[in-house]
Amino acid sequence: MKILVNFDLCKSNAVCMASAPEIFEVRDDGYLYILQEEPDETHRAAVEEAVRLCPTRAITVEDQAL
Amino acid sequence: MKKVVIVGASLAGLRCAEALRREGFTGALTMVGAEAHLPYDRPPLSKEFLTAEFEEDRLALRIEPYEELNAELILGQRAQSLSLEARRITLSSGEELGFDGLVIATGAAPRTLPIADGISGVMTLRTLDDALRLKGALADRKRICVIGAGFIGSEVAATARGLGLDVTVLEAGDQPMLRGVGPIIGETLAELHRSNGVDLRTGVKIESLEQIGESVRVNISGESSLECDLVLLAVGAAPVTQWLEGSGLALDDGVVCDATLLAAPGVVCAGDVARWPNPLFDGESMRVEHWTNAVEQGVHAAKRLLSDDDSAPPFSTVPFVWSEQYGIKIQAAGRFSGEDRMEVVHSGTDDARLVAIFERHGRISGVIGFSEPRRVMQYRRLIGAGAPFDEALAASL
Repeated sequence: MKILVNFDLCKSNAVCMASAPEIFEVRDDGYLYILQEEPDETHRAAVEEAVRLCPTRAITVEDQAL
Repeated sequence: MKKVVIVGASLAGLRCAEALRREGFTGALTMVGAEAHLPYDRPPLSKEFLTAEFEEDRLALRIEPYEELNAELILGQRAQSLSLEARRITLSSGEELGFDGLVIATGAAPRTLPIADGISGVMTLRTLDDALRLKGALADRKRICVIGAGFIGSEVAATARGLGLDVTVLEAGDQPMLRGVGPIIGETLAELHRSNGVDLRTGVKIESLEQIGESVRVNISGESSLECDLVLLAVGAAPVTQWLEGSGLALDDGVVCDATLLAAPGVVCAGDVARWPNPLFDGESMRVEHWTNAVEQGVHAAKRLLSDDDSAPPFSTVPFVWSEQYGIKIQAAGRFSGEDRMEVVHSGTDDARLVAIFERHGRISGVIGFSEPRRVMQYRRLIGAGAPFDEALAASL
């Protein structure tokens, strides 16, 4: 899976960081950094929770074509 | 389970419907919504939606086509009553819907005050229609008086200042927003409004409102009265449970559920309407009106409904809320009050930045942050893990 963030929508609430800290990090500069853009499947549940809980719905997951 | 009815077509109801399908429910699914609109997002309604540039289509809560949800949407209809014996609800149109499984996600509605009865210049804010009315009023009036400095009142005050209106905020309590959390946070919040030109008055008792032509006169106990063109009544919300009276469900400021969000066999609750004992806080009975809670409970309620197992997991969460005012992000998580020990664990050189944590029973129970999302989330994780307070204090986050 590939993580996509619409940075025009992201407001750095850092809720994603609570769900998937290995993938998302909001730093002291106030911006969100994606730590792994193509995480392996073990992170799927955490990433999907981050997608659902993002208050600005800025995160999407793109599945690679099989 | 063959037929599930979800009453409430906002965030909790929609996320529940999506979770039911994701979890493999293939039966008939019906969602009933009191408003005529497709599910939309409420947080922007007190903020950027009220400014000219925000497009209404950005509010849509579901981007994927509704056909993929394979649900019947009954919009513009309220549930009127529930019969648990007949397993049936009755709608305001008189139509009856049978169910095997029921999800109660009817949310909350703004509280009003008797002094506002018959005053045409008074508005409340909850729905998209409310927000459209308010947006129109803000565009052509000059003076707004906001009664109640909770989240909605504070956010509208900030937005109205941004639009150039004269803003007065009247609050019965001694500080705005996160009430009763002690003077440091209270003064920071109050100063935020005042330094941005809001006339914030706390500890105020309003005696009466009078409509005088196009204006409203607000009569305040012990002070001179003030005149404005518009009053926003923002004194909190009450759970929508009138339709459940006499149904046999336990009602007590919300629908009383067990720890798994089950209110009766085959009946679950989610969102603002649900009261449940949160295991993360020693089983404290909670009702949480926050956005992330509605999503989490919607998903949990779906799983609970599909599980016949009495050993279904409880719903535990660290309640989280965020707000934005005057460009400052205010976030709070967990439980806190002025009674709890509080320590400021971080304050920036720029005084808009602040993080404070709270202690209950030796553990970290809450965190409040100003423009410090990373630290708030890291402390929130410690709250969820039941970390000792001293450990949280020592953690250099």
